Order: sequence, then structure tokens, then C-alpha cells
Amino acid sequence: MDQSFIAASIPLYIKAAGLTLNLAFWGVLLSLFVGAVCAVIGYFRIPVLCRIMQVYIELSRNTPLLIQLFFLYYGFAKIGIKFEAYTCAIGGLAFLGGSYMAEALRAGIESVGKIQIESGLSIGLTRWQLMRYIVLPQALAVAVPAIAANVIFLLKETSVVSAIALADLMFVAKDLIGMYYRTSEALLLLVGAYLILLLPLSLFFRYLERRLRNVGLGN
Amino acid sequence: MKETEKILLEVHKLKKNYGNKEILHGIDFSVHRGEVVVLLGPSGCGKSTFLRCLNGLEEIQSGSILLDGSIISDGKAEWYAIRQKIGMVFQSYDLFPHMTVIENILLGPLKAQKRKKNEVEKQAAELLERVGLLDRKDDYPAQLSGGQKQRVAIVRALCMNPEIMLFDEVTASLDPEMVREVLDVMKELAQQGMTMLIVTHEMNFARSVADRIVFIDEGCIVEESEPEQFFTAPQTERAQRFLDIFSYEN
Amino acid sequence: MSDWGINVIFQGQNFLRLLEGLGVSMRIAVVSVLISSVCGIFLGLLMTSRYVAVRSLCRSYLEAVRIVPLLVWLFVFYFELTKVLHLQLPAEFVADIVFSIWGTAEMGDLVRGAVTSLPAHQRESGLAVGLTRWQVYRYVILPQAVRRLLPSAINLVTRMIKTTSLVVLIGVVEVLKIGQQIIEVSILKVPTASFWVYAIIFFLYFIICWPISLWAKHLEKRWQ
Repeated sequence: MDQSFIAASIPLYIKAAGLTLNLAFWGVLLSLFVGAVCAVIGYFRIPVLCRIMQVYIELSRNTPLLIQLFFLYYGFAKIGIKFEAYTCAIGGLAFLGGSYMAEALRAGIESVGKIQIESGLSIGLTRWQLMRYIVLPQALAVAVPAIAANVIFLLKETSVVSAIALADLMFVAKDLIGMYYRTSEALLLLVGAYLILLLPLSLFFRYLERRLRNVGLGN
Repeated sequence: MKETEKILLEVHKLKKNYGNKEILHGIDFSVHRGEVVVLLGPSGCGKSTFLRCLNGLEEIQSGSILLDGSIISDGKAEWYAIRQKIGMVFQSYDLFPHMTVIENILLGPLKAQKRKKNEVEKQAAELLERVGLLDRKDDYPAQLSGGQKQRVAIVRALCMNPEIMLFDEVTASLDPEMVREVLDVMKELAQQGMTMLIVTHEMNFARSVADRIVFIDEGCIVEESEPEQFFTAPQTERAQRFLDIFSYEN
Repeated sequence: MSDWGINVIFQGQNFLRLLEGLGVSMRIAVVSVLISSVCGIFLGLLMTSRYVAVRSLCRSYLEAVRIVPLLVWLFVFYFELTKVLHLQLPAEFVADIVFSIWGTAEMGDLVRGAVTSLPAHQRESGLAVGLTRWQVYRYVILPQAVRRLLPSAINLVTRMIKTTSLVVLIGVVEVLKIGQQIIEVSILKVPTASFWVYAIIFFLYFIICWPISLWAKHLEKRWQ
């Protein structure tokens, strides 16, 4: 192990970790948005949109992110639709994560009992008020563990974006390996960087889950 | 003229299907203002379904429902607005678990009826006081017993100032020792002149609280009479058989 | 017809070569799914062991595999295994190893979940009629656990198939690599080649994974 090499490389990794986090943040946010839209479409059984959503979910769940990114970045460019790599990466993460979030939210919404909806209706709430005050708060509490798992999943999936030349953690490691062939040092830093990002997050989510379970909203 | 003026809820030839199966075969029925009507009948006879139709929770296939003389079942009126005038309490587990008792009660009046907060809070406190639960107003439903939950559910419905209250087997899933506290609240309500439509299996309660008993079997109203007559000398064989089962159980 | 980009797929041996490339990924997937299924069942049962030490050892293995992206493990094994063993391992072989390690961890967790989700009285009544611990597993727990396990295990298979696409990044010549080669050769004649090639790869993956997902969904519905 070359300690001075490691020390010299750390700033590169810190910068790259910034991009990884940035991509994960926007990817998660957009995924949640896409997932929520899908959940609402499914909940209200909106005719045509429901079909489109089903097609989207099947496509998203049954194809790899790497291929989605290549298609989006290299493929579309050649028919005149050009996206920047950064846009592609976030779009790809949202395309992938949206269906996972949709599933988490759907399961949460389904866990809200029929009687809850009926008593909401019986005090004269509109469909939207029902969603806003009764269904969503309870659904979210149930969906938190699944959403948390998806956040971790998406953060890890960002490692793929190095393939479309974005300078994330993976990219920096590959770069250092390619230039200096210091594989052990580069990979050690890579594993360390992901540990620093993922370990606290995963511990926090576990704590959150336990808290939610202990509060115990159910009857 | 005077008779019809007093009619609050009217049902004409109501039919309800589940798939191809007809559950209710053209029900004609009415409730006068201030009247307490108890619906009796064997399980699966359609009495709960009937109650749910009145609140728009079940779609009806034909017939009409009138509240205060105007049709509410033709799809033109908005159910959410009508439901504000029809209070309903269910069998169980219908409080919103993520809200405290007081939040449960305030939700409808504030969001659906858009009333002023301090006015509703005052009313809610009075109602909670009446059912003896004012000290529990900041508790979550999970901290209450079954009987307490049902009393809160009744208050939640009452706080909307409904014109009529529907009770769908509200004591059916309670432990025996909690049934009484809920029935007492309902009885008090009846004495204060609230119009009530009650589905129950508590025969003694039905006898003491009802102005009229409506006996339903296999999706039809078989018999309508005053409680004393119904329980002592039912007119139909089916009602007799139904009562026999209960007297045997008791 | 040369202005129709999609023809690039069907020129010469192109389509066949893509399928061959897909075959490489699928071979990795099949091998690692098989190994993971067998090892995962054992790991899962170990995770329900009554010894805390065994349980926490298995748990650490699972968490260690999960805490960094799989792509990182692919790189670590590809470069470091070579160094440690002092011999150049083929990337495909490294992929087999990494995917098996990962699959075993995930499968183990699914098995653990399926076994522990069974109510305790099932195990107790098995013991009560005089079965040994192993017999309780064999005749009482496993048959019920399999029904709970199978849908999610099948979903894991699609996940593993999808993830095999990463092996191109450690230099395995599979469908994506061959796609790139085809694009390079035909880019001058057919400027839209990359659109069509990546589109076809996208749909090839879809056509493999979709029926498997549908099967999992079908089982889930039937057994719930």
C-alpha cells in the first residue's frame, strides 16, 4: 500500500462522492415523484394512464439500468435527441427507481383498510381529502421500510453511471487504476468511500424502522 | 300533508346486486324525523348492505333514495356533501389510527364542512364530556378500549350535526362487558330525539330503544311493527323462527 | 434500404452475434443462480440457528456483501484475486464467483425470511409429535416455507439476470460489448446504428426477464 498515493487521491474521491450523492439525491427525489404519480394513477384507476403505467413498470423492472443508460445516452443521441450524461443518469435512475417506489407506495396504500376509507367517506370527505388525510399518512408509515431500501438500492445503482463517463466514485477508481495501476489503493478507497456513504444511512434507516414499529399506529 | 313533511328518509323499490346475485329485492321504506328504527334479521339477510346503500357506500341498481324530500341516489348529487348529513358508525376499527381522538373528531367538521375551529372544538368537548371521554381527547385510538373507541366513533359522527345516524352492528365485535357503555350512549341519543337507523343483534336493546322494528329476510322487508308486538306476537312465521333462535340462545 | 438503421441488426451475422453475447451473460446468470440457490438455502437455515454466534456470522456476511455496490465487488475481485492468487483469472470466471457470493447472500436472506415468517406453533407442534429438529425442517417448515419463498426467489433471479449486464465493465465480451463492436463497424454507413443496437439489447433483456417476472407474480397470487 502506498500511503502517499492514498493521501493524494482522497480529494479526488471526495469530489466524486459529491457527484454520487448529488445523482442519488435527485434520482431518489424523482423516483419518489414518479412512484407517487403511479400510485395515484393506480389508486384512482385512471383508465388510459393505468395502461401506460403498467407498460412503464414492466419495462423498468425487467431491464438493467446499464442498458437503459446506454440506450438513453448513446442511442437517442444518434436519432437527434441529445441529453447530457448528467441528465441521462438522473433520468435513468428515476426511470428505474420510479417503479420500485410505485410498488412500495402501492403496498402501503393497500395496507390501509377498507373500513378506514369508508369511515372517511362517511364523514363527508372528498376523494382527494381522503387521500390527503387518511390514506397517505397511514400508507407512508407502512411504506417507509420499503422506501428506505429503495434509497439504498438507488444510491448503490449510481455506481453504474461511470459507464457513460460521469466522474462518480466508480469512475475515479477506474481512472486511477487505468493511469497508475495502483489497484489495491484505488479499490480500498472506493470501498471505504461507499462505506462512509452507505453505512450511516443504512443504520439511520434501521433506527427509523424500529421507531416506527414501536410507535405502532395500528389497532 | 303533515305526515309527509315529517318523513326524513325515503326509499323506493331499492334493488342491489352483487354481480348477478340480487341482494335486495326492491325495498320500500321510510323514516320519520326523530324516529328510531331497528333493523333485525338473520346474518346475510341484507340489512347491513341496505344501511350502506343509504350512505352511498354501495351503488344501487335501481330505485331511489330521498333525504328531506330530495333525491340523493340519482348520481347528480355529490355523495360527499350528502354524507355530511348522514352520520354512520361501523362495526369496529374505524377510528383513524394516526390521529388522536380529538383530531379524529375535528377532521370532518373542519375539512369537509369547513367550519370554524373554535366552534367545532367547543362542540367536540361537549360531546366527549357527554360520553365520558373528555380526558382521553389527546390519546391515540390504540390506547383506548373497544368500547371507548366506539363511543369516540359516535361522537365523530355526531359532531357533523347529521340529520340521521346509521349504526351498523356497532357492538358486534366488542367484548361483552363493553357493549353496555356503547348502548347507553345510543339510548341517550335516542331519547334526545335523534333520528336513528340501527342494525343490531342486541334484542333487549332493540326492544327498549326502537319506535319501530323492521324485520328483513332474504333481501325483503318481511315485517314492520312496534317492538312490543314484534317481540311478543310476530305476524310472520319467519320472524317467529328468527326470534326462537335468540330465545334459545338466551 | 440502407437508410433504415434497424437493418443493421440483421446484416450478416450481427443478430446471431448479439444472441451469442447474450448467451455469455445468461451462462453467468444460470451458473450463479444454481450455486446461489443451493448455498442460499443452507445459509438461510444457518441464519435461523439457535446459536447467536452462527447467526451473527451469517448476518455479517450478508451485510458485508450488501453494503457496497455489486460493481465494486466485481472490480475488487477482478483485480485483487488476480494479485492474491498470482494468476490471471478470466473475467467470466470472476463474474461467476462474485455473482454466486452475492446471490447466496440474497437468497439466504429470503430463505431466512420465509422460514421465520412461519408461526412458532408450527415448529412446536412438529417437535411435540416427536420429530427431530431436522425432521421438523424437512416435513413441516420447508414445504410451507417454499411457498412463501418461491415468488421472491424468482424475482431475485430476474434481478441477477439484469445485474449480469455489469460484467461488460470488467471486460467480459457479452451482448453489450458485441453491440458496441457492431456499432463501431457500421457507424459510417448507418449513423443511427447505436440507437437500434441498444434498443434491441434493451428488448432482449426485457424478453428474458418479463416472463420470469410474470411467473413470479402468478405464483404469488396463487399462493397467497
